[in-house]
Amino acid sequence: MSYPANLIRWGLTGLAVVATAAAAQAQQPAAAPTVKLGIVSFLTGPAASPFGIPGRNGAEIVIEALNSGKAPAPFNKTGFGGSKIEAKYVDEAGSAANVVTEFRNLVQRDQMDAVIGYVSSGNCLAVTPIAEELKALTVFYDCGTPRIFEEKARSYVFRVSPHATMDNVAAARYLLAKKKNLTSYSGINQNYAWGQDSWRDFVGAMKVLAPKVTVDKVLFPKLFAGEYGAEVSTLLTSKSQALHTSFYDGDLESFIYQEQARGLDKRMTMIMTTGETAIWRLRDKLPEGTIIGARGANGPLARDTEINRWFQKIYSDRYNTPPTYPAYQMAQSLLGLKLAYEKAQKDNAKPTRDEIATGFKGLEFVGPAGEVKMVLGDGHQGVTETAYGTYHFNQRTKQPEIVDIIRYPAECVNPPPGVEADKWIAEGMKGAKC
Amino acid sequence: MSGGLTSPLPPTRQVTGSIVLTAFAILTDGLVYAAYLFIVAIGMTLIFGVMKILNVAHGSFYAFGAYGAAMAVGICSNYGLPTAIGFLFMILVAVAIGVVLGIVLERGILRLVYGKDEVIIVLITYAVFLILEDVITLIWGPRSYAAYEPMIAAGNIEIGDLVLSNYDIILVAIAAGLAAFAYWSLKFTRYGRLLTTVIFDRETAAAFGINVTLVYTVTFIIGAMLGALGGAVMAPKISVTLGIGVEVIVLAFAVVAIGGMGSIEGALTGALIVGICRAAAVHLVPQIELFVIYGVMALVLVIRPYGLFVRAQPRKI
Repeated sequence: MSYPANLIRWGLTGLAVVATAAAAQAQQPAAAPTVKLGIVSFLTGPAASPFGIPGRNGAEIVIEALNSGKAPAPFNKTGFGGSKIEAKYVDEAGSAANVVTEFRNLVQRDQMDAVIGYVSSGNCLAVTPIAEELKALTVFYDCGTPRIFEEKARSYVFRVSPHATMDNVAAARYLLAKKKNLTSYSGINQNYAWGQDSWRDFVGAMKVLAPKVTVDKVLFPKLFAGEYGAEVSTLLTSKSQALHTSFYDGDLESFIYQEQARGLDKRMTMIMTTGETAIWRLRDKLPEGTIIGARGANGPLARDTEINRWFQKIYSDRYNTPPTYPAYQMAQSLLGLKLAYEKAQKDNAKPTRDEIATGFKGLEFVGPAGEVKMVLGDGHQGVTETAYGTYHFNQRTKQPEIVDIIRYPAECVNPPPGVEADKWIAEGMKGAKC
Repeated sequence: MSGGLTSPLPPTRQVTGSIVLTAFAILTDGLVYAAYLFIVAIGMTLIFGVMKILNVAHGSFYAFGAYGAAMAVGICSNYGLPTAIGFLFMILVAVAIGVVLGIVLERGILRLVYGKDEVIIVLITYAVFLILEDVITLIWGPRSYAAYEPMIAAGNIEIGDLVLSNYDIILVAIAAGLAAFAYWSLKFTRYGRLLTTVIFDRETAAAFGINVTLVYTVTFIIGAMLGALGGAVMAPKISVTLGIGVEVIVLAFAVVAIGGMGSIEGALTGALIVGICRAAAVHLVPQIELFVIYGVMALVLVIRPYGLFVRAQPRKI
């Protein structure tokens, strides 16, 4: 065969292949549009290890499960309403201005359908007005400040995880339930919004529940101070029987190493409102008998349900460590958004942001950490039950345990709808149903 | 709800002799904090004194030293070696890290910018600091590390109601040893005299035939070693985590500014002043604890703008 004939033959064959492929493609149904989610969390810096990375890992593992349609009912529809989830992970580190810029990039440049994230309360407060301005559906997963929904009504911002007031009210209730003869306590908290608010709520609740118990030492070392020698001495020379702290990560661990070397935990009971994030790392170094919180019924404080066992398994199998509370908060946030999306969805079409927001408002569902009711902040802020327990390191199994658990219903430790958290505490926690 | 494991409440203790006890606590806490500050500041002030470089990357030396120490303690713990061996090993690892970082940075970057404006050099060391923070993440990842074994193994002693950690006493001894060694080296060794000459006037030193470039290199390596050593000896007390170097730079700078930039006796005095003032604030008026360190610095700089121990500058024509 001549060269031109060969050329024609190969050309025709190529055209036939292309045409066949095009026809085959045309016969397939149109692929469902993906749902683009921005996941923002600390991936670097001191808050990465205790909060940011577990939160990111929680997102990764849940998104994978949802995309493969392997999550348990009612979360077993593939992705969000049949559309696969496409996640973009962004570091929360940097100034608030930088965090806002990154948020704008996610919404305006990357055209994300929703953003889930933020550990720092400062960042949540900075992002909120921008989210409202851009009408960007935003779900905060970890930050605890109650101010987000108390300052102003929100349309596009949601938070499935309860706010921080619950942690300290429940801590006070647990301490008084377990230490009947308490006469005096102290506090050591970081000197910024988180530490100040935590102490304010704890002291407020203690004044309501046990007005005769006195406050002894009030310490506010700077964030990431690292050296706590003087603080430990101050506490050693006090008459306190209990110590409240909302320390986390490096500050919590440094404080524990330094106080253990000097036997402070032998003199007073420690109440660690975020202590659960450290139990798998500190293990037998965490003082026996410490009162442990997990910012809700998360981790070892979560109820033994099918969905909790599922989440614990997929997380532990992938990361070789049990999920801590930031991972739970992320999972709850994703699952809440998924249900809101599917509630808003009509005829398998992609719902608008407004439709999803309407679906999210007042949502109720059960996730790995239990039942969530979006009842505060005009249906934008969730409440859940919470739990506290006492730390015990099991020398036989060589595993941390939280024992002597007391559960508190959401209505017992959260303000009623329409009431600001600090006013609710100051006015005697009226309406609490325990 | 479950129940039954309620632990007994620690009894209310009668704290006796509280004024004497508080004064003693302020003194001991102040000394321990001063030791920490001096150990992290000595390398920074040495480098500034000789090279006139405000080395922001000093925080990275501290962080690398701490990570290296945590790794060394972990290795010894895994092999079941005695804690004392772990302590020595972590010092060796930190010194080795300091030497490597010192050589790489001085020979690889700083020697190229000697003679440039001091502000530019500060910015370069800041850039190096940021890069090294990312290098730490690449090597050790974002998780925290612990190296508490030496501190727990050292035990404690009880004095009245106060319990002192023996490791803190060791820390004070290390700081005192470093101060004495620095004093002896500068005053009584040949290299110390050469160093003093370069600190006094670089050009005159060069004119007398001193190899200033070599002095710079050796000084920077020693400074880096001291920074890493600071991180190593603090590692058993802290959680070794991302960002620990940032805090150190700020504190070290405050101490160095109080004492006078480049003065080792100034760094020692500055560390003692800040240490005692901070401890007193924590015990007596904890609300001003944050303010005290920088309040003292501001007060000193108002009275003596170049710090307490700044040496007289030769007049150049």
